[in-house]
Amino acid sequence: MKALLKHTALAALIGLSAPSLASLAYVSNEKDDTISIIDTETREVVETIDVGARPRGILLSKDHTRLYICASDDDTVQVLDLATRTIIDTLPSGEDPEQFALHPNNKHLYISNEDDAIVTVVDVSSKEVLAQIDVGIEPEGMAVSPDGRWAVNTSETTSMLHWINTETFRIEKNIVVGQRPRHVEFSKDSKIAWASAEIGGTVHIIDVDKLEQIHEMTFKVPGVNQDRVQPVGIELTSDGKYAFVALGPSNHVAVVDAKTYEVLDYLLVGARVWQLDLDKDEKHLYTTNGVSGDVSIIDVDDLKVIKSIKVGRYPWGVVIDPTT
Amino acid sequence: MSPAQYWHCFVGIQTREWLRFWQQRTRFASALVRPLLWLVVFAAGFRAVLGISIIPPYDTYITYETYIAPGLCGMIILFNSMQGALSMVYDRELGSMRVLLMSPLPRPFLLVTKLLAMGVVSVGQVYVFLVLALLVDVEPPLWGYLAVLPALVLTSLMLGALGLLIATWIKQLENFAGVMNFVIFPMFFMSSALYPLWRMNEASPWLYWICQFNPFTHAVEAIRFSLYLEWNPMAYGITAAITVVLTLLATAGFRPQRTRILGTKPA
Repeated sequence: MKALLKHTALAALIGLSAPSLASLAYVSNEKDDTISIIDTETREVVETIDVGARPRGILLSKDHTRLYICASDDDTVQVLDLATRTIIDTLPSGEDPEQFALHPNNKHLYISNEDDAIVTVVDVSSKEVLAQIDVGIEPEGMAVSPDGRWAVNTSETTSMLHWINTETFRIEKNIVVGQRPRHVEFSKDSKIAWASAEIGGTVHIIDVDKLEQIHEMTFKVPGVNQDRVQPVGIELTSDGKYAFVALGPSNHVAVVDAKTYEVLDYLLVGARVWQLDLDKDEKHLYTTNGVSGDVSIIDVDDLKVIKSIKVGRYPWGVVIDPTT
Repeated sequence: MSPAQYWHCFVGIQTREWLRFWQQRTRFASALVRPLLWLVVFAAGFRAVLGISIIPPYDTYITYETYIAPGLCGMIILFNSMQGALSMVYDRELGSMRVLLMSPLPRPFLLVTKLLAMGVVSVGQVYVFLVLALLVDVEPPLWGYLAVLPALVLTSLMLGALGLLIATWIKQLENFAGVMNFVIFPMFFMSSALYPLWRMNEASPWLYWICQFNPFTHAVEAIRFSLYLEWNPMAYGITAAITVVLTLLATAGFRPQRTRILGTKPA
């Protein structure tokens, strides 16, 4: 009721503008083979779109007109046109794509192929495979630095970060981290990279200029068994103030001071929290909670969880379109 | 009788209740220690237990501390009301209740005023408890503290009337132990204070129905919903209806001449 009143008041304020202006969040539901679209104003699911089998990693094109979807069990990357909300194309991805990252040039898509121990680089416009790079066993996380210089892949079994030069498509450095590294996130200035290790229960902070680890973080969630504390998704605020770390089956998100690497708080969200994304003014953080099948919204100023929204079964990835 | 005389009497009874309360400050402390122990010690072990389902009025996952806080507010009122009932037995035995009832004002007015006076003391304790609960991150919205006031007063009236009704049945002071075992504990445990009703239903359907028929459940839900700025007409309606019935029964049944002082024969 309160949300409704607030929304009505807001709608009145902006002159009853069309609901299409509201910012939208896209959530991939791994078990339902769908994408849920959430209106970030009303905080409700406005549409659910059928996509390929087992959608996991999702990301927006740099011009925010397309959503790329790793349809893992279809062994392809699908292209969803956001204006028409239809799948307009598929890209060759190699087998079982799980996570991927788009180069700032908006062309080169780096895809990790878990079963083949390779990273496939695809040109999204020509649909050409530019390179297939051998990496460690079970490649998983994928990130490209905002300055476009580095692509980083994490290999789960080898427990390494592979630093790929984006001009030569060759690995220039391997950094050993905690067991089963899952995800890498760069600071906006490309100087620092954060990498989570799921089984190791650690987050590794890497100086990108020196390609050296400068800090290793561990987490202790009160009242939760240590083996359930499994860091996965990471999200950084662009002001360099906070890092948020999704702690998997501990059902908590850690709030970290991004300068001192101190954990400030643990916020209770749904079961098996997986990936995170901030909305356009970085006021709210969205989390996907796989086992409980919902998305929790965290108020970044208050550091409080304000709402959880039911989506499909096993939500995996979330991205918020900053233009809408 | 003029309104001024009613007011004078009202203020008199209120003042007496606060005076009694002030003289028994340890009672104040113990009334807070009990729910705080539940909140800090008991709930700590169940911290993440409820993180599997979202139930109204909550918008997201909550810690167990957050869940039981409204139930513990109800617990404070429940214990106070029953202790109030004890004090009325005590008053009756020492005759001070008779003095009160000698007032020319109508007896229902005197009794309801007495219940309200007891209620106000309980509500004060509940607010102190809620402030202390902030320390374990039980943080309802700011306006919730105001919105919960009617629910707290209604709950105090309902449980006060129940206490009064029991007080008319109790013949001897020692029977308070019985009240603890047969009224306070069953009312508290067989309610939604400790576990949400869906969980009770999973455990055993008959227990769920006992909880549903327990007025304390509805009082706790009225407190819970208003604390989180949600309106629950059913919980409020049932609590209000039971309050009216219990008050009518208690005021009609309260007969000072039925009482006797321990060791004396009834007249």
